Amino acid sequence: MSSETRFGAYEPVIGIEIHVQLQTRSKMFCTDSTAFASGDNECVCEVCTGMPGALPTVNRTAIEYAVKTGLALGCSIREKSVFSRKQYFYPDLPKGYQISQFDLPLCENGRVEFVYNGSKKSIEIIRAHVEEDAGKSTHQGDCSLINLNRASVPLLEIVSGPDLRGPEEAAEYARTVHKMVQYLEVCDGNLEEGSFRCDCNVSVRKRGETKLNTRVEIKNINSFRFVEKAIEYEILRQIDAMESGEKIRQETRLYDPDKNRTFAMRSKEEAHDYRYFPDPDLLPLVLTKAEIESMRAKLPEMPLARAARFQSEYKLPEYDSQVLTAEKDLADYFEKVVSASGNAKAASNWVMTELLRELNDSKKTVSQSPIPAERLGQMIALIDKGTISGKIAKTVFAEMWTSGKAPEVIVQEKGLVQITDTSAIEKSIDEVLAANPKELADYRGGKEKLFGFFVGQVMKATKGQASPDMVNQMLKAKLKG
Amino acid sequence: MMDLTFATCSEVGRAVRDRKVSAVEVTRHFLKRIGELDPKIGAFTTVNSRAEAQAADVDARLARGEAVGPLAGVPIAIKDLLCTKGLRTTASSKILANFIPPYSATVVRRLEEAGAICIGKTSLDEFGMGSSNENSAFGSVKNPWNPEYVPGGSSGGSAASVAARMALASIGTDTGGSIRQPSSFCGLFGIKPTYGRVSRYGIIAFASSLDQAGPMALSTEDAALILEVISGRCERDSTSADVSVPQFSQQISDQVKGLRIGLPKQYFAEKMDADVERVTRESIEALKKRGAILVDVELPLVKYAVPVYYLVATSEASSNLARYDGMRFGHRSKNATKGDLDDLYSSSRGEGFGPEVKRRIMLGTYALSSGYYDAYYQKASQVRRLIRDEFTRAFTQCDVILSPVCTSPAFKIGERINDPLAMYLNDIFTTSTNLAGLPGMSVPAGFSKEGLPIGVQLMAPHFEESRLFNVSSVLEKDLGAAKSRRPHVI
Repeated sequence: MSSETRFGAYEPVIGIEIHVQLQTRSKMFCTDSTAFASGDNECVCEVCTGMPGALPTVNRTAIEYAVKTGLALGCSIREKSVFSRKQYFYPDLPKGYQISQFDLPLCENGRVEFVYNGSKKSIEIIRAHVEEDAGKSTHQGDCSLINLNRASVPLLEIVSGPDLRGPEEAAEYARTVHKMVQYLEVCDGNLEEGSFRCDCNVSVRKRGETKLNTRVEIKNINSFRFVEKAIEYEILRQIDAMESGEKIRQETRLYDPDKNRTFAMRSKEEAHDYRYFPDPDLLPLVLTKAEIESMRAKLPEMPLARAARFQSEYKLPEYDSQVLTAEKDLADYFEKVVSASGNAKAASNWVMTELLRELNDSKKTVSQSPIPAERLGQMIALIDKGTISGKIAKTVFAEMWTSGKAPEVIVQEKGLVQITDTSAIEKSIDEVLAANPKELADYRGGKEKLFGFFVGQVMKATKGQASPDMVNQMLKAKLKG
Repeated sequence: MMDLTFATCSEVGRAVRDRKVSAVEVTRHFLKRIGELDPKIGAFTTVNSRAEAQAADVDARLARGEAVGPLAGVPIAIKDLLCTKGLRTTASSKILANFIPPYSATVVRRLEEAGAICIGKTSLDEFGMGSSNENSAFGSVKNPWNPEYVPGGSSGGSAASVAARMALASIGTDTGGSIRQPSSFCGLFGIKPTYGRVSRYGIIAFASSLDQAGPMALSTEDAALILEVISGRCERDSTSADVSVPQFSQQISDQVKGLRIGLPKQYFAEKMDADVERVTRESIEALKKRGAILVDVELPLVKYAVPVYYLVATSEASSNLARYDGMRFGHRSKNATKGDLDDLYSSSRGEGFGPEVKRRIMLGTYALSSGYYDAYYQKASQVRRLIRDEFTRAFTQCDVILSPVCTSPAFKIGERINDPLAMYLNDIFTTSTNLAGLPGMSVPAGFSKEGLPIGVQLMAPHFEESRLFNVSSVLEKDLGAAKSRRPHVI
């Protein structure tokens, strides 16, 4: 049921803040590594631990990544943006403030478009600003542990307008942005590890109203499914509250996936006055027009454009184009299969059905596929050349998946080459007809449905290796008598 | 053998490099003086137990024929606001009483690369906040010229250590006058460089947009020599300027003929001590005799310098001092309610910070608060820009500006401690240079009736420290104030 009908007289208003971890090699304001594989508090220095006297310096690669993302989001890029201090006390925030951007962010006024339920949505991007991540707190009984490896890792916070109108649409927006940052290769997109985190602002109003009601923020949701479920729960909770005449409190809530509910974290009224002011340790960040344009020139083709190209260039249906461009790796894989096979339609079919199913079953990503794109392409070429049948190809595919061997090798080793020898097929047909006189008589008596039976028998006799086209043709002629 | 006590940095550096005296001998001499004198003065928070070993290393390098810099074996006292790797750095605060930095400030590294020996860490007003050195968690420092008087602040320990010849020079920091005022009170050549000239990396921040480190020395040449060693772009400080560093000490010229000396009317209109006025006039006369041209300049906005300064400095300080939370280093309260994080913060900070630091954190927090930001911090930043513009205009009419450093010579210990406003007004002539980012210098110019030193202040356009050294050199020779008398304690 669509959200228009599901929520009755109420209309949800949703905006999302997405924290994208930029995958630079070093941190935002110091030269420590961002590779966390190392032990707790091993990727730290005097800067990211907030030692007395230590000063931040800006990571230019992080800025480049942020600008590229901003451009892809259709934002205008500020030539002079300012880092500000957002001040609050927490043990995993070493300096007592987070370096962020406040009134002069790097990217502003963008728009993200995506297709949802067959119609094109256009969501406003209010701003996207650069900031540093905090450390990680772990609470164990009455003791808390702080790991500062993540402290000062670069983040880009992307703030949407309150343009989303339902849980599914909101999740689709988040997926779209997720897809974009992966296309841009600025974020590894790993949701479980927190590389891509969503804070959802949700309010509800009577349909037809234009004012914005008190909103509730659901923080740190790390899966698209949970984005959808958390928002759904929150909308229903707010509708219930309004129906029973309760006031919605402006507050921050967390989503508990096990119980599928949100619960209040802390009230915004008691929340801190962050006392933002320009960080005097950092000069304003200045980018020239030329620098911005050179970053624009380096932008890769984005998902929506790529899907459109797949439709026009490969003549794929819209749905197929969308599935294949959902991830950059998948789209890259598909295009490699096309170039190795020369058959876009077949490439699309094999990737979308066989490959995606196998990947799904084995919980592998495209980049982990045991079948390289080139080999899948070669296999399709073997079908097109008539070397193997589509049916045999499935056997070859399965073998490629387990052994990783090249398709030609498998065909050779297993003797799977298609039988196209007329006399061999004729011999099999004769044997089948001789062995099944009753069926033959019935067929000739008008039971034409039995044709399939004869095809099956012939294929069985040839161990599936006979060319199906030839079997069909020759069998028809023979059955006529 | 040379008289080390009354030698200059350049003389000792040369003698050590020529192997006429060893760095170890020099270091021992000054460590001995610290042992004898400092119990009476209280200039040091920590004496460097590795000083002799560092000196031995300098000697070993010289013995191997390696090149050692111009400060070879020169004992320098470092304000305890600069991080020194492995050597306790306290900011004269209880909250950092046991803090041993894992790294050294860029200034310290550059001094050591030039062969200098960090003889010890000197006391200050806690985190640089004060003008008398009475706000130190480790007790007040006595002025070597008269132990009943303050040495000035916040770099009071630095000034006293050099005036008492327990070190040949010191590194101070100056946020609103903290190098110049104690230099004036103790008879030293102290320069606050142009903002961005000297790296702030590793210097415990008080107010980031105002702080600069600089030398406090016994001669113009020493001040110039040390400044040239510690200056220059540092990759770890984004606000350090990429401007070439002149060989200040080689370029000092006594030529002030035709140099236009600006005298800001507004400064001379302030009520000031008669001795200060006399000494300032004598300095002006001395320069006039050498052919300098005197020009009246207008700086009408400097009357706002003190309020603007106390808004900007306290705002930045309230933020810079947030990191002292007892979590990763420094004092952590044992009196907090178990499990109450807010109580742990407030107890640790409440116990660790002294009253003046707390006062400034509260002032700054207020000025940055939502609803007050525009009226206070924002407005102060705007006036700050106007003050800067005003100096730029004034420097189209003159080359150097001369004024008093303070309205009075050193005052007595305890005299002003209960009147913070009077203490703040002590900064009336010095804060505007920090707000404008200009270089400013205190040069010994004379004495009060009580025999306390009095300095004059020189200011120049951005990155024109050389002009200050030229004028300072003339005053040093013609007034002879630095050499004519010695502190009682020695």
